Amino acid sequence: MSALLRVEDLHVAFDTRDGTVQAVDGVSFAVAPGRTLGIVGESGSGKTVAATSAMGLVRGPRVRTSGRVLLDGEDVLEASAERLRGLRGATIAMVFQDPLSALHPLIRVGDQISEALRAHAGARGLSRAAARARAIELLDQVAIQDPRRRVDAYPHELSGGMRQRALIAMAIANEPRVLIADEPTTALDVTVQRQILALLRRLRDELGMAMVLITHDLGVVAETADEVAVMYAGRIVEQAPAAELFATPQHPYTWGLLRAMPRLDAPAGSALVPIPGKPPSLIGPPSGCRFHPRCAYVRERHRQVDPELQPVNGAPEHRVACLLPEAERRALWAGLAAESVR
Amino acid sequence: MAAYILRRVLWGVVLLVLVSLLTFAIFYVLPSADPAQLRAGRDASPATLHQIRVSLGLDKPLTVQYWTFLKHLVLHADLGYSYFSGASVGSLLLDRLPATISLTLGAVVIWLLAAVPLGVVSAVRRGTWVDKLTTGGALLGVSMPVYWLGLVALYLFANDIGKLPLLPGAGSYVPFTHDPWKWLTSLILPWLVLASTFAAVYARLLRGNMIEVLSEDYVRTARANGLSERRVVWRHGLRAAVTPLVTLAGLDVGLLLGGAVLTETVFGIPGIGRLNYDAITHADYPLIQGTVLLAAIFVIVANILVDVAYAYLDPRVRET
Repeated sequence: MSALLRVEDLHVAFDTRDGTVQAVDGVSFAVAPGRTLGIVGESGSGKTVAATSAMGLVRGPRVRTSGRVLLDGEDVLEASAERLRGLRGATIAMVFQDPLSALHPLIRVGDQISEALRAHAGARGLSRAAARARAIELLDQVAIQDPRRRVDAYPHELSGGMRQRALIAMAIANEPRVLIADEPTTALDVTVQRQILALLRRLRDELGMAMVLITHDLGVVAETADEVAVMYAGRIVEQAPAAELFATPQHPYTWGLLRAMPRLDAPAGSALVPIPGKPPSLIGPPSGCRFHPRCAYVRERHRQVDPELQPVNGAPEHRVACLLPEAERRALWAGLAAESVR
Repeated sequence: MAAYILRRVLWGVVLLVLVSLLTFAIFYVLPSADPAQLRAGRDASPATLHQIRVSLGLDKPLTVQYWTFLKHLVLHADLGYSYFSGASVGSLLLDRLPATISLTLGAVVIWLLAAVPLGVVSAVRRGTWVDKLTTGGALLGVSMPVYWLGLVALYLFANDIGKLPLLPGAGSYVPFTHDPWKWLTSLILPWLVLASTFAAVYARLLRGNMIEVLSEDYVRTARANGLSERRVVWRHGLRAAVTPLVTLAGLDVGLLLGGAVLTETVFGIPGIGRLNYDAITHADYPLIQGTVLLAAIFVIVANILVDVAYAYLDPRVRET
């Protein structure tokens, strides 16, 4: 199936007082209808900027962007402000991280949904009553109990999970073809997280949306994504089908993420291993491999040579940007995996 | 909500008693001219003076005087009679109220109509010439005292002494009921002068609020939903940024209804502020008490109304 959203060699830089922040540095990915791409990384890895660029939300006098973001063949980065307005919410929609701050505190939830509907009603328009009726349907679709009553609620009157459902209802109001979910479960309780992920999967299948799921939580990715891109310091360092990534991760950073993730099936007493160090500054990123200051397997050459994203032998859809020889990587991961099971 | 308002009203009454007590105390503690002396004239005989004292009740102990005042006020809604003119304080206040209301309401409309667009536009176009011009204008507006600006306005535009005699000048106020057109033209200069300072302050405040609100997540959500930029700014942005302004406007209106002393004096508008000013120069205690209490009532009522309005504007405070 051909991709609905295709990002090609995207670069996004912000000019700040302290210098230029290269937030996204040559990122490419594609998502097909009905499929989910998980973008994983620490805070500041550029994952949110990469995905919000697809909405045309990252624009301004201090932003420099290059590359292409093709939405059904149309370059979003080149689109006029008016064209973008028409795309946002209608063709491509977004679910935000913190539903309390992402909903207007002084406007009723139903009115906010109606407004999103009416913004894309076109020349025919949509009556207030019809928009309201549709808003109730949408709240019902995202499994909010008693939607007739909730439609008139203000955001602060809803629970965290309900707010996120309302925000999702708003995002799918115009049946977009691409849905970007930016840490949609981070602000929620664990039980609610699972419900929201299940809801997103159901809506993706019902509406046949292409979904981009941005998260720092590999557990979320394992449950929902078909494909995973691991971002580090503005770049994709490893990209693979989800099952493949969890079975044979290739990049030391991915190993770090996996080993830092709590697992219910791990034996009691096995320790979580944090990744040492901090994510690098994107103003003057490290030379060579950007991960080298935090990598346990660093060689002198890695400090100078910048690795490219290359397919792994025998798995053309699995690509990794690492200078370690492939045989050595496999051996290292086998060792680490055995150690964490022990 | 009803219980809350009732509680606020009761507190307001307590506050009014305290204000009246304080006004009374200040009047008698501070060295001011003897009201009886002022009334009797310079060459009055001690007998006449004594007679005036007795007739005004000034010979009685202070506690009795205050008690009498309070009793009349509560039982008969009677504020007493002016020492100076002998007219009832209540009727004097009612006479002057329309002028003050005219001045205040006209000015608040003007300053809000000026401040809201200026504040929003300078926030949206931050750093451009529009913003810089507004910022400069606001600084100027805040820096110019009302009495100075009033005199300059009269010097420039009043039809008696002005260089460009466009509008009626000082002392031209006519009640609305007599001649609406003259009422309107006579108030244009005072309105503009009074509104200028407030417009400047409000525009700056709104600009700051708007800049903050426009960086909120929910504004990004509105953009992500494909709403037009105009709707994002003027509905989602302004809706959140304007609430503190409404509160402030309520309080300012309450304050001004108690008398815009400077503006009324410069433009010779017969309002509460002027009445208060005259009462003080005449050591006219009942009239001072009356104007101060009226001003206090306006401030208290404005405070209550602002709280109610705030609950209406922000659903988050409604439940508490």
